[in-house]
Amino acid sequence: MNAPINIASLFKKTKDIFSFHGGVHPPENKTQSTRLPIGSLALPEKLVLPLRQHIGTIPKVKVAVGDYVLKGQLIAEAEGSVSAAIHAPTSGTIKAIDNAIIPHPSGLPDQCVTISPDGKDTWIERHPQDWKNGDINKLIASLRLSGIVGLGGATFPTQVKLRKNGKSEIHTLVINAAECEPYITCDDMLMRERNDQIVLGIQVAQRLLGAANVVVGIEDNKPEAIEAMQTATANSDIQIKVVPTLYPSGDGRRLIQLVLGKEIPHNKRATEVGIQVFNVATVVALYRYYEFGEPSLSRIVSMTGNVVQPQNFEVLFGTPLMHLVHAAGGAKPDTSHFIMGGPMMGFNLPSTEVPITKAANCVIAASPTLFAPQPPAMPCIRCARCADACPVSLQPQELYWFAKADNFEKAQDYNLFDCIECGACSYVCPSNIPLVQYYRYAKSEIIALDKAKEAANLARERNEFRLARIEREKEERAAKHAARAQGAKSAKAEENKNAPASDKQAAIAAAIERAKAQKAAGNVTPKNTSEISPQTKAEIEAIDKRRAKAGLSDDKPLTTDAEKQAKIDAAIARAKAQKAAAGKADANSAKPEIKQPVADAEKQAKIDAAIKRAKTLKAATAKPPTSDVNSKPVADAEKQAKIDAAIARAKAQKEAVLKAKEQQTKED
Amino acid sequence: MLTALYIMLGLALLLGAALGYAALKFKVEGDPLIERIDAILPQTQCGQCGYPGCKPYATAIANGEADINQCPPGGDEGVHALADLLGVEYKPLNEEHGQTKPKAVAFIEEDLCIGCTLCIQACPVDAILGAAKHMHTVVASECTGCELCVAPCPVDCITMEPIEETPDNWKWKYPTIPIKPVINLK
Repeated sequence: MNAPINIASLFKKTKDIFSFHGGVHPPENKTQSTRLPIGSLALPEKLVLPLRQHIGTIPKVKVAVGDYVLKGQLIAEAEGSVSAAIHAPTSGTIKAIDNAIIPHPSGLPDQCVTISPDGKDTWIERHPQDWKNGDINKLIASLRLSGIVGLGGATFPTQVKLRKNGKSEIHTLVINAAECEPYITCDDMLMRERNDQIVLGIQVAQRLLGAANVVVGIEDNKPEAIEAMQTATANSDIQIKVVPTLYPSGDGRRLIQLVLGKEIPHNKRATEVGIQVFNVATVVALYRYYEFGEPSLSRIVSMTGNVVQPQNFEVLFGTPLMHLVHAAGGAKPDTSHFIMGGPMMGFNLPSTEVPITKAANCVIAASPTLFAPQPPAMPCIRCARCADACPVSLQPQELYWFAKADNFEKAQDYNLFDCIECGACSYVCPSNIPLVQYYRYAKSEIIALDKAKEAANLARERNEFRLARIEREKEERAAKHAARAQGAKSAKAEENKNAPASDKQAAIAAAIERAKAQKAAGNVTPKNTSEISPQTKAEIEAIDKRRAKAGLSDDKPLTTDAEKQAKIDAAIARAKAQKAAAGKADANSAKPEIKQPVADAEKQAKIDAAIKRAKTLKAATAKPPTSDVNSKPVADAEKQAKIDAAIARAKAQKEAVLKAKEQQTKED
Repeated sequence: MLTALYIMLGLALLLGAALGYAALKFKVEGDPLIERIDAILPQTQCGQCGYPGCKPYATAIANGEADINQCPPGGDEGVHALADLLGVEYKPLNEEHGQTKPKAVAFIEEDLCIGCTLCIQACPVDAILGAAKHMHTVVASECTGCELCVAPCPVDCITMEPIEETPDNWKWKYPTIPIKPVINLK
């Protein structure tokens, strides 16, 4: 009676392996590539490293063309939170950083770094770390430089999976060694040959995650691997669970359900319930990174299908596809194309010029005999066999209906995004409908629409902000003008209380006259030549030369006669202005200004500009914004006014210069 | 008889007060219809509809002043969505307002730019950076492709570059079944 009896434990199932809904049994085709041990490849002539080898942000290139790099040297560093670094798989020279076809279903080119190996395979200095006793946070932080991504095919950066975000702690680590897809045997061979490293790798991951339990899930079609793993883990608390062969048991959530009996809610991640899943190859990469300081440079790839000698190879990232094909004895003559990944979830490679990347767990040479061309799709007969096969318990026939009709909203209501694209539905479809193609189409359309919506929201926000800013600036300007007007008014009122109201007009008239006089005198030189570009200067010079040829030069100094004439004209004008001013207003208001003969054509231009600005402002406010289709949508009267002012100024100057010239030519 | 009247009167007063309170408490700010129309519009702010922006066009539609088929960037889908929302008949896009073009972003030829700031003032979403007499540049991620900056440029250094297809924005295509050539029976 020391411990209370846990009643729940009495009813707890003693079942060891659970099951999931649906699943299919495609022909395995795994034995072909397991007859030979993991082979190694000779160094290829070039290595092409795509920057897009993982899920997340593209890493930032840290090398330049012509640089010499050592094996393991950082070529591109992780950028942003979800990203992975890329390292030089061997020593050599950077030959190019440009666009090349990448192994992607789109077949589009993307940024790649090409290395030409020097054949020496010289390592950069490596920094092994004490993963058994070292500081966990430091170890996890250093993983950002490792370039390790999930090697099961999803290529999610491992550093993100290990990063602790303070949420629920991981209590169970599930090692995914199910390898359920046909043809693929890279994990099988890894477990047979390198189980010691796997066990150490599991210990690394266990320590970093702080997980108490470790479960390895292996499908029962790999007896050698199971035996090897059981022997290797005999003295540890790592549990080996043999799951029945059923595609897609290698999917993370399916495997958790199989080995732990827990179904992860569709809107939650496994980590939220304390479970983390790692692929066997990933933990080996982790171990090698900490133990030997080796970043992620290579992976095991199954080269199988229609090749002479199917085999698994340790392949450096960036190795050209054909180099791998040749190592397997070459492709048989009837090979039609190559598939990357398995036959269920893989995609046809767009070209034979693509490199092997972190995602490439398997390359299948396809021929019409191995993969018969898909017979034409027949109408859906609503047999619901796809629903029986769906491991996520979706309604594939409904999703197909909605995706086909572009009814994306409804497709999302039927949880389209829970589809793992495993292809079980297409496999069982008696009408040969390419169901997964429809789901992929619908998913990418929805993602594109969401992105467009986001961009529209951003544009709306920015537009609203801009309108608010323009409004605010307008108010500020109005306030400033009001304050200035107030100040000027009070000052004037103090200075000359008995000045008549029309003195302003008189002053303007005087100024106009003065400007005219100045223009007539022609002693205005353009002042805006200091900051023009050399190109424009050259143009002006060319024009001047042309003019000189035509006898229009204005470079000569004014003759004394011309000056005299101008002065006389100016005096007359001044006198006229004074008269006019006197006739209209009190003389003392106009006098002080007339005394200063420094005014030039610019003043005139300014006045013109001001008048124009006022006019445009008026027009802008009077004109409804909707009247003109081509008009700018926002109040741009101010801008218009500025342009007008500039034009007016330029015109005035031009006129002044022309007049001066005319006079000269007359006198000449 | 009187009791019934009193009860009815009391109820009327009570419910009236409750409704009046609710009307004040749950008052809807602004016109939700305008917001909903604005949400459908692509926010290009290009003014091709004849209004100085998407919001004014949305307001005009809500007030019955504008037709639903004046937005070329929204395309046919946009007209359909507006027709669905407003419960009116679909009509094809009015050609007068332009045609739907593939999405593009403005690109400034930096060698030609004289730094006049005219394009900066024309941009409805402040997506052009630069200062007077200094080279300007377009923030491509913020550019809506409205083309309003193209016309004011005095040196014609702005071009509209269609957005290229990259593995990032690539989409799976609609599954098509190849039609086999008919076997010659002759």
